Amino acid sequence: MTAPSPDRNTAGGGLKVRGLTTTFATPRGLATVVDGINLDVAPGEIVGLVGESGSGKSMTLRSIVRLVREPGKVSGQVEWQGRDLMAMREADLRKVRGAEIAMIFQEPMTALNPVLPVRLQIEENLSAHTTLDRRARRQRALELMNIVGIPAAERRLDEYPHQFSGGMRQRVMIAIALANSPKLLLADEPTTALDVTIQDQILKLILDLRDRFGMSVVFVTHDLGVVAATCDRMAVMYAGRIVETGTVAQVFAEPHHPYTRGLLGSVPRIGAERSMLLSIEGMPPGLIDLPDGCAFHPRCSFATDRCRAERPPLESFAAGREVACFHHQTVAAMAEAA
Amino acid sequence: MSAGAVQIAPPAKRRRALPGTLVGAVIVLGASLAMAFFPSLFAPYDPTAFDYNAIMHGPSWAHPFGTDNFGRDMLSRVIHAYRIDMQIAVFATTGPFIFGTIVGALVGYVGGWVEAVFGRVVDAVITFPFLVLVIAIVSVLGPGLRNMYIAVGVVDWVFYARLVSAEVKIQRRLDYADAARGMGYGHMRIIFRHLLPNAITPAVVYLMTDMALAILLGSSLGYLGLGAQPPAAEWGVLIADGKNFMTTAWWVSVFPGIAIVITGLGFSLAGDALADLLRVNR
Repeated sequence: MTAPSPDRNTAGGGLKVRGLTTTFATPRGLATVVDGINLDVAPGEIVGLVGESGSGKSMTLRSIVRLVREPGKVSGQVEWQGRDLMAMREADLRKVRGAEIAMIFQEPMTALNPVLPVRLQIEENLSAHTTLDRRARRQRALELMNIVGIPAAERRLDEYPHQFSGGMRQRVMIAIALANSPKLLLADEPTTALDVTIQDQILKLILDLRDRFGMSVVFVTHDLGVVAATCDRMAVMYAGRIVETGTVAQVFAEPHHPYTRGLLGSVPRIGAERSMLLSIEGMPPGLIDLPDGCAFHPRCSFATDRCRAERPPLESFAAGREVACFHHQTVAAMAEAA
Repeated sequence: MSAGAVQIAPPAKRRRALPGTLVGAVIVLGASLAMAFFPSLFAPYDPTAFDYNAIMHGPSWAHPFGTDNFGRDMLSRVIHAYRIDMQIAVFATTGPFIFGTIVGALVGYVGGWVEAVFGRVVDAVITFPFLVLVIAIVSVLGPGLRNMYIAVGVVDWVFYARLVSAEVKIQRRLDYADAARGMGYGHMRIIFRHLLPNAITPAVVYLMTDMALAILLGSSLGYLGLGAQPPAAEWGVLIADGKNFMTTAWWVSVFPGIAIVITGLGFSLAGDALADLLRVNR
């Protein structure tokens, strides 16, 4: 695995997200599901976006390519290879989606069209974005099926999604996404619906594809084990905001945000001394009326009056490390002591 | 069977057994189409030939369906009527089916105020009695089959559009529709290549019902003298021919009526069979 250089230059190739905000006007008020996200992804890098259900990680992913349904409103800046996806015309954006940036979804059953054979679904992406003729498309579809490791590809191309197992469906989904050799793969919990052995195969496949094709990947998951196994860097999300970033090794070794600490503490580790699993008290807040100050303060044992009044900004405290917490030094010290 | 015996279901076959409805539909509609295309192969007599030696004869071996007041063989006339009535079934419904499906797909995909306006159009058309509306239009345009197709077309597409738009509206919210948008496909590609194949089944099933309804409507208009014109053999026209002799020569009206019932049944069976076959394996 290639280690990312500490000072990544993302100006040229990668993805640079600034102030990404997605709101939904609901009858009960305005829900801010993605709240001013900043995120950088360098070429060939795998970044994990971690958080509980409803923390806005999937929405962040969809917002990057403006794939948010009405009445959702997306604002901010998403710079992709020097162009701002937010300011782009719909028609230009369509040329980026599926060609340069592809997406795979959590539920491979429902994300594939039930009435079209998989051959057609793979070729569809080629006919939408390339000038390949029918024969070349057939050729490429077969090649893609082999790349993602589907046995008896020639025969299975003419089958329908319901004839595939869960893991194989996700491979088909990946094959469709890879059709035009995208530079960035947005993966929305691609292994959550699969059982553990299949999950491992799919993760290995994604890692392998990153190495072979130099793709960047943004990997949304709630599974810290998946992050540890695949990602270079990670960003922890809470209530629509990023609360901590860093390389996976750094964050796992020394969490600076109490929420990250809680997340890590709630996962049993092999080889570690047996200790009580921590759980995070309380429930994630509703997105319509977030608590004042730090959104995490009602559940946080470190919270002070300042946390209740003032929202901590996401600030860098070491090279490649950011955290949004006034007491992050105390939290880190606690972690070391424990 | 002993109480302890456990029935294990046989492994599901890739192909389901042919439904009985399909067999029935193929037999009835196959025969109907054969008679529509090659009536002379089946009709024992010339349907327009007068026979003054056999006026108003009841059913016999020589004339199984009897003869009418000009001595024309009713069996031959009923068989020759298949051509016009099957034509009505197909021509009156194909245009509305295609047009309504396209409009419905677009309306269902776009949604919003377009859908609201369309909803009012549907309400307006549905509250109007279909037959009365068609008769009114034909009366204005003049009798004849061509004007009947126009009159039906003006109204009938709404039913297809309503079915398809409701279905597309459901489909466009599913994950695979998002995935298609995520792949950067254009709207038309998403609507017609991805959503429509998932949304068209109810419209296809309704098409079969509609064909039966079209035959009923065609014969109603023929009966009233607004559809096919005599001496053309059309079931409604034939029934009208016999209406004055109902008490003395029932066969002149009854056999064309039976033909309508059987053909309508064939289309209904076809609708059921299609609903069965097109059900998606999810």
